[in-house]
Amino acid sequence: MSDMITRIKTPVRLEYGVYPGSHYTTYLNALAQGRFVGGRCPESKKVYVPPRGASPTSGQPTDEIVDVQDSGVLTTFCVIRLAFPGQKMKPPYCFGAIVLDGADLPIYHLIGNIPYEEVRMGMRVKAQWKPRDQWGPTLESVDFFAPTGEPDAPFESYSEHL
Amino acid sequence: MSQPIAIVSVAQLPSIRRDRTRDEAEMVQPIVTEAMQKIGLKQADIGFTCSGSSDYLVGRPFSFVAAVDGLVTWPPIRESHVEMDGAWALFEALIRLRHGDIDTALVFAFGKSSLGPIPDVMNVQNDPYYVQPLNLDSFSQAALQARAMIDAGKATERDFAEIVVRNRRNAKSNPNAQVKGDFDVEAILAEKTISSPIRKSFSPPLSDSCVAVVLASGDKAKKLVKRPAWIRGIDHRIEPYSLGVRDLTQSVSTRIAAEKVGVNAKKNDIAEIHTPFAHQEILIKEALGLDSSVVVNPSGGALAANPIMATGLIRFIEAATRIHAGEANRAIVHATSGVTMQQNLVAVLEGE
Amino acid sequence: MAENCAIIGIGQTKYAAIRKDVSLPGLLREAALRALEDAGMTFADMDAIILGTAPDMFEGVMMPELFFADALGAVGKPILRVHTAGSVGGTTGIVAASTIQTRTYDKVLCIAFEKQSESDAMWALSPAIPFQPQLVAGAGGYFAPLIRSYIRRSGAPEDVGMMVAVKDRQHALKNPYAHLHVDETMETVRNSPMLWDPIRYSETCPSSDGACAMVLVNEKIGKAHPKKPAWVRGTAMRTEATFFSGRDQINPLAGRECAKDVYSQAGITDPAKQIDTAEIYVPFSWFEPMWLENLGFAEVGTGWKWTLEGKTKLGAELPINASGGVMSTNPIGASGLIRFAEAALQVRGQAGEHQVDGAKLALGHAYGGGSQFFSMWVVGDSPV
Repeated sequence: MSDMITRIKTPVRLEYGVYPGSHYTTYLNALAQGRFVGGRCPESKKVYVPPRGASPTSGQPTDEIVDVQDSGVLTTFCVIRLAFPGQKMKPPYCFGAIVLDGADLPIYHLIGNIPYEEVRMGMRVKAQWKPRDQWGPTLESVDFFAPTGEPDAPFESYSEHL
Repeated sequence: MSQPIAIVSVAQLPSIRRDRTRDEAEMVQPIVTEAMQKIGLKQADIGFTCSGSSDYLVGRPFSFVAAVDGLVTWPPIRESHVEMDGAWALFEALIRLRHGDIDTALVFAFGKSSLGPIPDVMNVQNDPYYVQPLNLDSFSQAALQARAMIDAGKATERDFAEIVVRNRRNAKSNPNAQVKGDFDVEAILAEKTISSPIRKSFSPPLSDSCVAVVLASGDKAKKLVKRPAWIRGIDHRIEPYSLGVRDLTQSVSTRIAAEKVGVNAKKNDIAEIHTPFAHQEILIKEALGLDSSVVVNPSGGALAANPIMATGLIRFIEAATRIHAGEANRAIVHATSGVTMQQNLVAVLEGE
Repeated sequence: MAENCAIIGIGQTKYAAIRKDVSLPGLLREAALRALEDAGMTFADMDAIILGTAPDMFEGVMMPELFFADALGAVGKPILRVHTAGSVGGTTGIVAASTIQTRTYDKVLCIAFEKQSESDAMWALSPAIPFQPQLVAGAGGYFAPLIRSYIRRSGAPEDVGMMVAVKDRQHALKNPYAHLHVDETMETVRNSPMLWDPIRYSETCPSSDGACAMVLVNEKIGKAHPKKPAWVRGTAMRTEATFFSGRDQINPLAGRECAKDVYSQAGITDPAKQIDTAEIYVPFSWFEPMWLENLGFAEVGTGWKWTLEGKTKLGAELPINASGGVMSTNPIGASGLIRFAEAALQVRGQAGEHQVDGAKLALGHAYGGGSQFFSMWVVGDSPV
């Protein structure tokens, strides 16, 4: 049995469309205009970024659209050092959870303009937008979030988001 | 402990070709809310939730998690999921209810056939070593079975065309059906074949929809609605996988399941059967042993609307709706899964 | 009154990075046949099969229960496939137990698997979703920020994660089925590359091929069995949303409530005292202290002390993952059921070299998604 075939390659290629839905579309359209928006849950009043078809706590759509700042607090992060197939960026790179000012839960994005050893929880960060003519309905309109140089936010102020 | 279990409420998004505006949460949220609100319930009142869906329809692993985002999950809920048609999610929910510690369950299914190349997606159900490389797509799968039936003298292409006409005419009275109207047998037969003998009209439409059902047991069901649709029996069976090993002109698993639930123990008013391709109706009717007095697919069936992964659950919904309304008292429900209907589920629903 | 559910057969495959020697159906049959042999039964005896596995994309077969109908002796029978993300193995055991407890079936084969080498697990776990940058780099990329938060919140010393890795891998040396058989030490872990800061390579579960199966039966058949069965004393499942304002992902409420539910069914009021051993889903080292807190073994913020003080080693107060755990073996779809099976092995006295002496009550735990899906069971050496 030394000639046993133990592996064959059977490639599969399937192409899919992705429809972001109306709430996420509102978020993406705002990004195309250089803005961040969230949706407020009618019961808890919390602002979800991006807006959602259903707030998990009330089950109601977060239809009240509110502007949020493009700056906020980095609550936690991770530095990726591992490569894998289909990976778009070359490691190492850092991404983190950012609670934008005005929002009640974090979004995730890349962190840049700072050596990775210096990234810390509580750091104040701001969106670094691509040039205006490159804005589109995607979070990639923002290249990354960079430290603003302001004093770090105190742990208690963001600990509920951890 | 073994209290009878009934469908007490249903909700459906009308099946459409392509839902461009709603993501999973936006489809699930209104439907589960409607199903619960109709009987005055909220998520917190529900004992167990179970859904059915498939990653390969969406092209993303763990896609059911996005659907769970359409539920209220705070406080945390008892929730499970099957990567199968919602009819099997209903089965899992039914078993959970039999424990007796809870008396309501929410079952939902969603399927967006508009997202991916469905005929090719269905090839991924095939044996990865020997068959997938041949790309036996869904039309060809259906063609194999339809051809076998014709060669065995069990049916003709005209029979298939007549099934299409009858189902899509029934669908005219169904606000949730997608393909409905008066079609012409000759015009259908004149269509070019996609994979002989399968023509476009012999095939289901591609549909997007989300549907939900609330189950309740015993006294709870009676408290919630005047005329619950009791699930008197439910069973499902599977056949061998290899196409060459099975007799494609019979639905053996449907016959076994039908016997187990006693399909013909009493007179049936209607049957909602999950047969997306026209030829399949002949096989399933025969396996169920339905006589000509039973109205088959008053809703128009899967030829009128086929949101894959929800189509089987919709058969429960359509049957239950007619029982709730007093239009039928005993209904047979059938759901299918797999290439050339390898797996089949049969249930009996009764108003009394 | 619910029917008591007995576990009379347990079977596992040899876990490995690539099981070249078996096809997909072959992998499942290896586990199924071992479970049936242990039970003294055959496929023909089973009333139904419950199958669990994580996303189909890990193998490239859509709805594999269809594919396995023949291999699992399911022809002419009911087969159901559950999928609740990483907790699916646990859910498989729970749904199977449910069918016995409700007298739907009398004898059921449950089996969970993953043959990750058929596809590419990292790819399947890191979808490049449109409209946003591709941030996720595997599950580790998702959990690393949470672990960072736990370390900060609890003030735990850095070494704790590494100690879990060493302990679990040393345990695995006593488990012939485990994937990784490495003589792990603090040195080897510390020197391994950092993958998702703060998680190192050696603090991460492997990607494994494997399957785990169990035969579950009703009380009459269980009691008549020549070998001591394990008995199901409680089962519970809970879910909460991935993201919502105020969510605690480190100590999720769904996990806490699931544990409370299963403990109450099993008559457990003091888990640390009453539970002899637990098999809990730890894919990245730091999840041990986090789950110890979530499961009520340790006070919030102190789970790391248990690890530090060696209390969770084989032979100590509360052995955790005597089998080597997910850290040593991780066929994702199977891992939850492996935890449940290892718990059952312990109370049956069948765990061989990694047996916890005198184990009478054990917990099996599984979680999935963004720490949002939980499945747990408690098994004992007697029905009540």
